[in-house]
Amino acid sequence: MSRDATAEKLSLNVRAALLAIVLLVVGLGVWEGVNHSPLMGGNETLSEYEQLLAGADERASVPPPSEIAAKAWKELSNPFYDAGPNDKGIGIQLGYSLYRVLSGYLMAALVAIPIGFLIGMSPLAYKALNPFIQVLRPISPLAWMPLALFIIRDSEASAIFVIFICSIWPMLLNTAFGVAGVRNDWVNVARTHELTSLQTAFKVILPAAAPTILTGMRISIGIAWLVIVAAEMLVGGTGIGYYVWNEWNNLDLTSVIFSILMIGVVGMLLDMALAYIARFVTYAE
Amino acid sequence: MSHAFVEVQNATKRFPGTGKHALPLTVFENISFGLNKGEFVCIIGHSGCGKSTIMNALAGLDQFSEGSMVMENKEIKGPGLERGVVFQNYSLLPWLTALENVRFGVRARWKAWSDREVTEHSMKYLKMVGLQEVVNRKPSQLSGGMRQRVSIARAFATKPKLLLLDEPFGALDALTRGVIQDELIKIWSQDQQTVFMITHDVDEAILLADRIFLMTNGPHARIAEAVEIDLPRPRQRASIIKHPHFYTIRNYLVDFLVNRSSELRSEKPSGHGMLYPTPVDPVRQSSPECATETASASPDTESHQNLVNFTPKETRHG
Ligand SMILES: Nc1ncnc2c1ncn2[C@@H]1O[C@H](COP(=O)(O)OP(=O)(O)OP(=O)(O)O)[C@@H](O)[C@H]1O
Ligand SMILES: [Mg+2]
Repeated sequence: MSRDATAEKLSLNVRAALLAIVLLVVGLGVWEGVNHSPLMGGNETLSEYEQLLAGADERASVPPPSEIAAKAWKELSNPFYDAGPNDKGIGIQLGYSLYRVLSGYLMAALVAIPIGFLIGMSPLAYKALNPFIQVLRPISPLAWMPLALFIIRDSEASAIFVIFICSIWPMLLNTAFGVAGVRNDWVNVARTHELTSLQTAFKVILPAAAPTILTGMRISIGIAWLVIVAAEMLVGGTGIGYYVWNEWNNLDLTSVIFSILMIGVVGMLLDMALAYIARFVTYAE
Repeated sequence: MSHAFVEVQNATKRFPGTGKHALPLTVFENISFGLNKGEFVCIIGHSGCGKSTIMNALAGLDQFSEGSMVMENKEIKGPGLERGVVFQNYSLLPWLTALENVRFGVRARWKAWSDREVTEHSMKYLKMVGLQEVVNRKPSQLSGGMRQRVSIARAFATKPKLLLLDEPFGALDALTRGVIQDELIKIWSQDQQTVFMITHDVDEAILLADRIFLMTNGPHARIAEAVEIDLPRPRQRASIIKHPHFYTIRNYLVDFLVNRSSELRSEKPSGHGMLYPTPVDPVRQSSPECATETASASPDTESHQNLVNFTPKETRHG
């Protein structure tokens, strides 16, 4: 019975993988095919903008997968070259972005988790801080950018600040939620064993709330990675967001698509890293 | 002043009423009782009469609305390691293994011990409850009975002077229940702690207790009687039912739960002083000459002792 179930599950995984490969091949095939046939429709259906593009390049179509693969091969075989401010390897650009994301994110964690703890433990702190959180939380992180640039007067630090402000809320709220939801029975175990408040916090409340806190951290890293691209498009200079925008200005669509894919892959890896860490703190009740 | 090990005097518990003009709910009123050192006391009463409330107060997790609690001439204020609690729902920490859960208690109790001493001591108590083979499993990977045993090991391992057990076997099947009861008697007879235990099971109370407190129904509940169980120890589950006094006691308890617990409620006790539960000996009450039989009955019980005796191992494979 159970063997049948595993066999069925295995075949489900295999079938899913096969389907995914088929979808990929078909999708890429259609994309490639469309590029080799002449553009559908006549020139008159193109908008003014597209005509402008067409004028700038002989072949104004989206580059085919083969070109992107070639570009990827070229870029990934030498990811860290540095040939001046407008010509750096994809690895260097991603490195800048990761550095900003991680520093803003870690600072946010250092602030959000203790404050979340406080809010979760104390109804007074919750009631007092809740109005501020409710107003600040829905603000688009990029809306802070002008203010940050004015106050900090440094584009690098401003980008990090924007990451900080956007990663703080999910971590803060999830920590507060997790801490407030710790079962009273477990706190009573700490009390009957005469644990100090600090010991209770570290030995009972933190491990009990850790899965919820990590969910918040996972949401935050996702949002931070979404926001860094937009932030770097604004502040410019370095980073994957700037790279995308710069290649767009160069009308190098192959590079644009390649970097879009890289953004997706790095985002996935960040999420997987946090999911991996979360495995160590989850527990079954 | 009384010299009992634990003294509870004039205890009352009220909860604020629900609704705007509701009167407060008086769960129990003017309860006084004492526990002697080394004594095993069970408390029986219908659901909702306030047993858990009394226990939580003794544990220091909750407070009476009025009244005082004294243990060894010191007032009980808040929880403490000299009082161990086994909660009704086990309350193991699910992210720790069985061993780590027991270590948690032992480490809190003896802060100066080395890690090895803590582990050795914890293992000793896990062995006592027959869990040495599953010490590295998390609570979620243990059966209900095993979890309960971890919880008992954690409480006993800290060697509290007073053990508070809130319906520790409530969720277990009869067979597992029996095994753990035996283990409980075994540990208790080694360490001679004072035990205060809530139960709904009359047979369990007779098997374990020196005295059984009978609580009337709530609200305005009180501990009406303290039934002395003078069956000889060590008691065995299989042979105790053959003791001539067993059914006299059992019938008395069942009669209280079925009939008198609600009758007594309306019957207000007179006087405003401290109301201690009336000591009762059902055997002496039913037929005075029967009491002298006790002595001759005990050798008879001894001979039955080893006839049927579950050990944890036998049942685990069953
Ligand atoms: N927080 C509370 N607010 C209001 N009433 C409460 C509260 N906690 C308990 N009670 C009431 O106090 C009474 C006694 O509760 P308690 O848990 O002590 O009962 P119990 O004797 O342990 O019952 P059981 O055998 O079912 O566990 C109940 O009638 C319950 O409704
Ligand atoms: Mg109860």
